[in-house]
Amino acid sequence: MTQEVLQISAVGLDTLWVLLAAFLVFFMQAGFGMVEAGFIRAKNTCNILTKNFLDFCMASIGFFMFGYAIMFGDGNVFFGLKGWFLAGAKSGANVPLYAFWLFQAAFCGAAATIVAGGMAERMKFKAYLIYSFAISALIYPIVGHWIWGGGWLAKLNFTDFAGSTVVHTVGGFAALVGTIILKPRFGKYGPDGKPNVIAGHSIPLASLGVFILWFGWFGFNPGSSLHVGDGSLIALVAINTNLAAATGGIFAMITVWKMFGKPDLSMAMNGALAGLVAITAPCAFVEPWAAIAIGAIGGIIVVLGVILLDKLHIDDPVGAFPVHGMNGLWGTLSIGIFGKQSLGLAYNGLLYGGGLKQLGIQLLGALSVITFIIISMTIVFKLIDVTIGLRVSREEELKGLDIGEHGMEAYGGFQIFMTE
Amino acid sequence: MKLIIALIQPHKLPDVKKALYDAEVYKMTVTNALGSGQQKGYTETYRGVLQEVNLLKKLRIEIAVNEDFVEPTIQSIIKGAQTGNIGDGKIFVLDLPECIRIRTGERGNEAIG
Repeated sequence: MTQEVLQISAVGLDTLWVLLAAFLVFFMQAGFGMVEAGFIRAKNTCNILTKNFLDFCMASIGFFMFGYAIMFGDGNVFFGLKGWFLAGAKSGANVPLYAFWLFQAAFCGAAATIVAGGMAERMKFKAYLIYSFAISALIYPIVGHWIWGGGWLAKLNFTDFAGSTVVHTVGGFAALVGTIILKPRFGKYGPDGKPNVIAGHSIPLASLGVFILWFGWFGFNPGSSLHVGDGSLIALVAINTNLAAATGGIFAMITVWKMFGKPDLSMAMNGALAGLVAITAPCAFVEPWAAIAIGAIGGIIVVLGVILLDKLHIDDPVGAFPVHGMNGLWGTLSIGIFGKQSLGLAYNGLLYGGGLKQLGIQLLGALSVITFIIISMTIVFKLIDVTIGLRVSREEELKGLDIGEHGMEAYGGFQIFMTE
Repeated sequence: MKLIIALIQPHKLPDVKKALYDAEVYKMTVTNALGSGQQKGYTETYRGVLQEVNLLKKLRIEIAVNEDFVEPTIQSIIKGAQTGNIGDGKIFVLDLPECIRIRTGERGNEAIG
């Protein structure tokens, strides 16, 4: 009798934990919205927020209808084929299906919304709606199945605790493909090829967004344990998450300070996010000192990544690719360097004498996912481009997408001065 | 000396600036302006309610030039701002009796150039 009561309480506690984490991950949607809004111009703010708002709506429905079945349903090693509309679907953890679904749906929304920032200030709203349904109902779940749904990468012992690859590499590389196909914003690169500054309109909004994301990440990473247990795992994950964000911010600031003479806040904020993205995969398998190192390297990568994109004339207004794409990859690989078998990994990482085995698996997994995303997203964006068009007219881009796409302004009654 | 005041569509500023630079006119003052002309504003919907907007957003460009720059400046502004649609704006040309550069105390043509 007591045994049974304890069992029920344990499941109840785990369910509460997973739902709480799901709510925190949902709140990250607000963080993404604020970061992206702050980093772009006032005239496109309504547009980016509408995209952030509607992509979570689309992701929820897409993931309910098809996404969950593809990601967690029984099928083959490449995709699941059972549980359409959740009919007959099974939970992937020791919590009720609906709690598990909500947690996973919030993750799916995060992957979808990353792309809005990279393609900001010039992508058609209608095109974005179609894209967000495609990624959340089809593309994200396929990668998810490979890694979390018992697919071929999971069978190879590829490890991604909370989604550096599943969520961030997917979102980041989708954003890269999108922004390359869209081409740079008007006026971003001069005729001589030099990049121009197109400054974000609200640093306070962007920093609020980063704090919200950091806060939400305490659901994203620790929640991925999917159970409370004795509390030791979620405690380790929580401290690692926080330390990596901190050193990401510090090292991005130092890097940009050394290179350009000033501690640029927008880069320090990108750095904290970079640290968070990087620690997402390894957070359960590394010691806190390793989290500090992983975050620090992430912070340096993000600054160099932003500079590299400008050299290549790839216009990513909010740094979506350096933060999510590059650091998703770095975080995934870092498991093979800093990971410990005693913390539940298949093989020790490079620094613990495990050789290149885990690192090789991580590299193989990351490269397969990147290849799949580049091919599938190119097809999605090209199809949208030839049917309804991907980019707004030059006229509309200059006037701003708020009026052009939505007929309303973000700051009604204020005079917004256009200088570009 | 003349003072040229142009009211243009805000989104045409990059084109006007480019045309002015091509004509070697680099000095200008740009401010926000609200105004209405022949078009008498436009209507917009906000939360399903029709809203009449009668003062439209414009930019006001002021450029002080010597006589031989008057025509090139006017032509550049037209080149940059003209779309052929209503609302392209207006250019006013005023006589400018005096111009003083505060830093040096120079006056007239010297001060403008």
